[in-house]
Amino acid sequence: MAITPPSARLWWNESVHRVELIWIAVAFVWGLVMFFMMIYWHATGAQNLATETYRTTPNAFYAKVERNVAEWQVRELNGVPVIKPPAGADIYLLGRMWLWYPVLELERGQSYRVHLSSLDLQHGFSLQPININVQVHPGYEHVLTVTPDKSGEYSIVCNEFCGLGHHMMLGKIFVVDR
Amino acid sequence: MNKTVFRTCPTTGLKIDLSAQALIKANAVAAVVFLAIGGLFGLSVALTRWPAVHLLPADWFYLALTAHGLDVLLLWIIFFEIAVLYFASAILLNSRIAAPRWAWAAFVLMLVGGLVTNLAVLQGQSTVMFTSYPPMMAAQHFYLGLILFAVGALIGCGVFFGTLVIARDEKTYQGSIPLVTFGALTAAIIAVFTLASGAIILIPTWLWSMGLVSNIDPLMYKLVWWAMGHSSQQINVSAHVAIWYAIVAMLFGAKPLSEKVSRTAFLLYILFLQLAAAHHLMVEPGLSSEWKVFNTSYAMYLAVLGSMIHGLSVPGAMEAAQRARGFNNGVFQWLRKAPWGNPAFSGMFLSLVMFGFLGGISGVVMGTEQINIIMHNTLYVPGHFHGTVVAGTTLAFMAITYLLIPLVFQRQVMFPELARWQPYVFGLGVAGISLFMMGAGTLGVSRRHWDITFTAASFDYSYPPTALLMMALNGLSAIAAALGGLIYIVIVVASVFFGKAVRDKITLAAPSGQPISGAVASYGSAGTMRIPGTLVLVGVFFIAFVLYYFVNWKYLSEIWPMR
Repeated sequence: MAITPPSARLWWNESVHRVELIWIAVAFVWGLVMFFMMIYWHATGAQNLATETYRTTPNAFYAKVERNVAEWQVRELNGVPVIKPPAGADIYLLGRMWLWYPVLELERGQSYRVHLSSLDLQHGFSLQPININVQVHPGYEHVLTVTPDKSGEYSIVCNEFCGLGHHMMLGKIFVVDR
Repeated sequence: MNKTVFRTCPTTGLKIDLSAQALIKANAVAAVVFLAIGGLFGLSVALTRWPAVHLLPADWFYLALTAHGLDVLLLWIIFFEIAVLYFASAILLNSRIAAPRWAWAAFVLMLVGGLVTNLAVLQGQSTVMFTSYPPMMAAQHFYLGLILFAVGALIGCGVFFGTLVIARDEKTYQGSIPLVTFGALTAAIIAVFTLASGAIILIPTWLWSMGLVSNIDPLMYKLVWWAMGHSSQQINVSAHVAIWYAIVAMLFGAKPLSEKVSRTAFLLYILFLQLAAAHHLMVEPGLSSEWKVFNTSYAMYLAVLGSMIHGLSVPGAMEAAQRARGFNNGVFQWLRKAPWGNPAFSGMFLSLVMFGFLGGISGVVMGTEQINIIMHNTLYVPGHFHGTVVAGTTLAFMAITYLLIPLVFQRQVMFPELARWQPYVFGLGVAGISLFMMGAGTLGVSRRHWDITFTAASFDYSYPPTALLMMALNGLSAIAAALGGLIYIVIVVASVFFGKAVRDKITLAAPSGQPISGAVASYGSAGTMRIPGTLVLVGVFFIAFVLYYFVNWKYLSEIWPMR
């Protein structure tokens, strides 16, 4: 029994039955399939998370965000500037307690380099309703190249707890047709 | 030194060290108390997430969520695991327990630590979630309590190792340690790694909260913290798999199909499970894809392999034993004729099935580097781990409690009719919690979020109506689970304090059929290898796993291209 010492003293010498060996082989091969699937997707898939990262500081990052706003602001939405950067631009998007800033207006089918960082605590960039989720750290600047392929209004929820106003933290990205 | 006093168990004939017995009782009772507190917080969280009820105000919701994680994920589980370690060493090996005074010191440290951290949370200055990610800072004694608790648990592991050494020196058993003790040893080894990681990160964080360290890097914190946070879940896996083996052994006299295979599977846990800190860093900046792919897969899924082996060998051992005991007809007579009215069995079997189908599959899928992009920090995450740690671990712990009450506490289980239903009520509730949170997470709903309708936000947004429906169903499921948990706690407390004393031999074994001589071929440790029913079960599991895995790649391919 499993609660008593093994009945065969030399249990490690017992042969393993074919049924168990087959299951072990199936499980092992399935593990390899899942492992190489991730690598395969890096080679061929269109959705891979960028690893481009820089050290930054809240002040330095905020300065870049403000430069974006000064250059590309087109209007305001509920008091938050809306910027319309050109295709291929480097866009700085910050999370802070409790707002994503600024609002972006992007063109469908164009690629943009979105730099993400936080001014205070950790935040969770959660783009809805398509459900893209990326963790945002203070002190780190994470650069994602995204290509919005459907137009519409998207919301950025914060999905990392960041204090009592966490559930009020929202941002917007508008994707418009060219 | 005090002389060890033993009693002889009338049922098993084992010599039981009374100080080991007292320690098991103390740790198990503390565990159940924290389960009651943490469960109540959990219910209040689920009822707040149900939009039509929205029970708690925001500050209380986040406080209750922090306390819920702390009390059930840490205190209930680890206290019970310490009880399991003492049981699997001193009791199963027929030995005295090493250094009982140290074991009591460990208990006191854990209790004080747990209470101090709870106090810190309830005072309202440490609403930082169980994970306490910097730069968010909790009160100093929040970290101090956790450190005391971890030191206590580490001493408890030391007592377990010491007991193994004593039992070996004093030759209290023949040959190798039992498989269940081996599983407990696996849990204890992982626990040492886990608790050491906790100390490495919590001590500097504590110093930071006192102003003695200027900065804790948030990314470094997450990596090391999760070497504790996720590895501690692997303690749970090892412990509850050991309990599955223990229950099928006690009820059916089941032997492992192969000692070698089952022990190798535990060994895979020791070697590879610790890499799982990476599961929490799939969408973080600053780490390479190579690092993520290698670590998140436990080096090519070798720890998953261990679990899949247990997934065959636990029901396989039971099937082989049942067939030898006379239930040899057809593919599933062995399972149909199992004691479904015995909560130790029903709890164990529900735990096995739900851990595999709900917790196991979702965990591997979510831990896939790219697929994590569509799941990270959504409610899918708690949906997954309620499938592992509640449906799997907690239900297994509840199941073995029904055997520990007569054997260790020497009391009859009170309210046997309620006890029959308890695992089903709790299991159904937890299955609902797990499934509906995963469903809501797939629709994008954030975890740790007080108001998923965003009424006070600066912009408008609402999750799809289906997601809100899921949260209502989650609330209903939580009520069922809380009811099941309440029944468990009432039965345990009533039996331990007011149950009729058990003095004589009791029957643990499930009823058997007409043993058919020669129906089973001799094989390995189990004496049989005809297990067609188990093969059907693992076949269904495997197909579900493969389909669900690729469906999620399909979902991933539909989001914005990104690189």
